[in-house]
Amino acid sequence: MLKHKVLSIIGVVALIAVMSILPFFVREYYVEILIIFLINVILAVSYRLIATTGDWTLCHVILMGAGAYASALMAKYFGWPFFMTAPLAGATVCLVGLGIVYPLLRTVGFGFFITSLAVGEFIRLSWIKFHIPFGGPRGMIDIPEVGIIGPIDFYEAIPYYFMTLAITLVCLFILYRIDRSRIGKAFKSIYEDDILAESIGINVGRYRTFAFVIGSFFAGIAGALLAHRLGAIDPHIFALDEMVYLLVWVIVGGSATFAGPIIGVAVMTLLFEWTRPLLEWRPLFFGIILIGFLIFMPGGLESLIPKFTRLFGNRKAAQAKAEQPGGAEKSVV
Amino acid sequence: MELTTFVQTMANSVVSGSIYATVSVGLALAFGVMKMANHAHGEFFMLGAYVVYVFYALAGMPFFLAVLAAIPTIAALGLLTERLIFRPTRGNVLAGFMATAGLTWILQVLAGRIWGLGFMKMIPTPYMGAANIAGAQIGLQRVLIVPAAVILLGFLWFFLHRVRLGKGLRACAQDPDAAALQGISINKMTSLAMGIAGAYAGVAGALMAPIHAVTPYMGRDLLITAFIVVIVGGMASIEGAVLAAFILGFIHTFVTTIFDATSAIMVGVAFMAFILIVKPTGLMGRAKA
Repeated sequence: MLKHKVLSIIGVVALIAVMSILPFFVREYYVEILIIFLINVILAVSYRLIATTGDWTLCHVILMGAGAYASALMAKYFGWPFFMTAPLAGATVCLVGLGIVYPLLRTVGFGFFITSLAVGEFIRLSWIKFHIPFGGPRGMIDIPEVGIIGPIDFYEAIPYYFMTLAITLVCLFILYRIDRSRIGKAFKSIYEDDILAESIGINVGRYRTFAFVIGSFFAGIAGALLAHRLGAIDPHIFALDEMVYLLVWVIVGGSATFAGPIIGVAVMTLLFEWTRPLLEWRPLFFGIILIGFLIFMPGGLESLIPKFTRLFGNRKAAQAKAEQPGGAEKSVV
Repeated sequence: MELTTFVQTMANSVVSGSIYATVSVGLALAFGVMKMANHAHGEFFMLGAYVVYVFYALAGMPFFLAVLAAIPTIAALGLLTERLIFRPTRGNVLAGFMATAGLTWILQVLAGRIWGLGFMKMIPTPYMGAANIAGAQIGLQRVLIVPAAVILLGFLWFFLHRVRLGKGLRACAQDPDAAALQGISINKMTSLAMGIAGAYAGVAGALMAPIHAVTPYMGRDLLITAFIVVIVGGMASIEGAVLAAFILGFIHTFVTTIFDATSAIMVGVAFMAFILIVKPTGLMGRAKA
C-alpha cells in the first residue's frame, strides 16, 4: 500500500513538472489551449464531486457561466482586481447554487438531472433577457484583463498559464482532500444507499446541498479564469452543447476515481484539436464516442488502469485494491 | 388586453398545447416503460418536419400523405434507438439519456449535412385561409393541428385502455417483473413504446413543418419544454403530461404575447420549480421524480 502511495506521489510530481515546462516548447496557440484545458480540469473535477452523491446535474456549465459573469461585472463596474473578483465570483456562484438547489433537492436521480437542465436554462435565459447588466444575447465585451502585477504582465499567455496552473493545483488539492475526507465518504454513501446513509445519521439533504454548493464554488472559479482570458463572454458559450461536452469528458475518463475526469479532459482535448479540420462533423464523432463508451466501456478509460496493472505483473496490488472495502469504487453511471 | 387579442391568444394557446401534448405523451410513455429517457426526442420532431419537406415540398406529394409518411419513418427510428441504445443501457436511466444526447448530435449533423444549414426550408402552406373566431383571425394550418392532436391522443387512449397490446404496455409500466411473469415480453413492450414515441414526435413535427422554421436545430428548444411538461405532469403519467402540456401552452403563449418569448420559457421553468416545491410528484404522478 505504501509503495502504491509513493508511486502516486512520484506520478503527480512528474505530471506537474511536465505541465511546468510544456508551455516553453509549444506555439502560443497551444498555450491558450492548455489554459482552457486547465480551466476544464477544474470544471470536470468539481462536477465529479457533485456526482459522487449520485446527483448528476446538467447546469454545471451554466454555473461556470455565472462565475464568469459575476467576475466580469465586478471587474468592469467596480474596477476590482482579478484576485479579488475570482474568489468573490466563487462565493456568488455558491449563493446561486444554494438558491437553485432548493427545488432540485425535491428530485432524485433522473429527475434531478432533467430539472437541473431546466433551471440552468432559466439562468442562461436571464442573461439574454436582461440587457442591463448582462448585455443580452451579445454578452459582455471588454472584460478587464488581469493586467500587470509587479513585474509580471498577465496579458501574455505564459504568465497567465502559470497563474491558471497554480490556481488549478490549489483547487485540485482542496477537492482531493474533500473527496478523501469524512465528508467525501458521506457523499459516496448517499450514492450507494441514501436510506441506509440516513439511518446512520447522515443528513442526506444537507450533504447533497453541501456537495452542490462546493461544486458550484469551483465552477465559479473556473468561470472567472475563463472570462478574464477570453475578454468577452456571451450566453451562447454556456449552452447545453457545452454541458454535453463536459459529460463526454467525465464519461470517457470515468467518474469512480479522482483522476478519471482529468484523463477524460486530456484525451478529449487532444481529440478535439485533431478533429479541427472536420469542424462540421465533430459533434457526430463525439456523439459516437459518447454512445460507444456508455455501452461498451461504462467505467471509462480509468477502468483500464487496474487491467494494465494486472497485465504488468502487479497482480497482487490490484487484487488487494479490489478487495479492500470502498477500494473498488464503482462507476457512478 | 383587447377581446380580439385575447381570443387570438387563447386559440394560439390551444394550438401550442396540442403540439406540446402530442410531443410529450411519447416522452412520458417511453419513460413509463422501463425508464427510457430520450434526449433525441426533439430530433425525432425535427426529422418529422424534414419528412414533410422531402415528400411534400420536394416530391410534391399531397400534404396529408406526407404527414402520414412521417409516422412509420420516425417510428422506425424510435425502434432503432430502442434496439441500439436503450436495450444495452437498460436499468440505467442516466446512461440511456446521455447516450441519446450523443444521438442528438449525430442526427443534427446528419440533417445539416444532407439538407444543408443556412436558410430555413421554405414549405408552402397547404391550407390557405383563416378561420374567423370572434373577430380574431386564425390560420387554418394552425387550426388543423387541434383536431389532429385530439384524434392522435384519443387513439392513444383507446390503444392503452381497450387494446390488449396497449394494456400490456400499461402493465409493463406499472410493474415490469409482474408483467414478465404474466408472459408479457419486456423487449416487445419497450420496442412498442419507443415506436409510439417516435411516431407521435414525428407526426407533431410533420404538422408543424409549414408554420415553423425547419432547421436541424428546431428540436432543441422544444426538448426542454417537453421535459418540463413531463416533470410537471408527473414523469410517467400520460394524462398528467397532457394536462401539463395545455397549462404550459397557455403560460407560454400568454407570456409571449404580453412580454416576449425568452420570458415565456423562464416563467415555464419557474412554474415547474413551483410545482416541484409544492408537489414533488408532479400533477398526476405517484412516485417522486
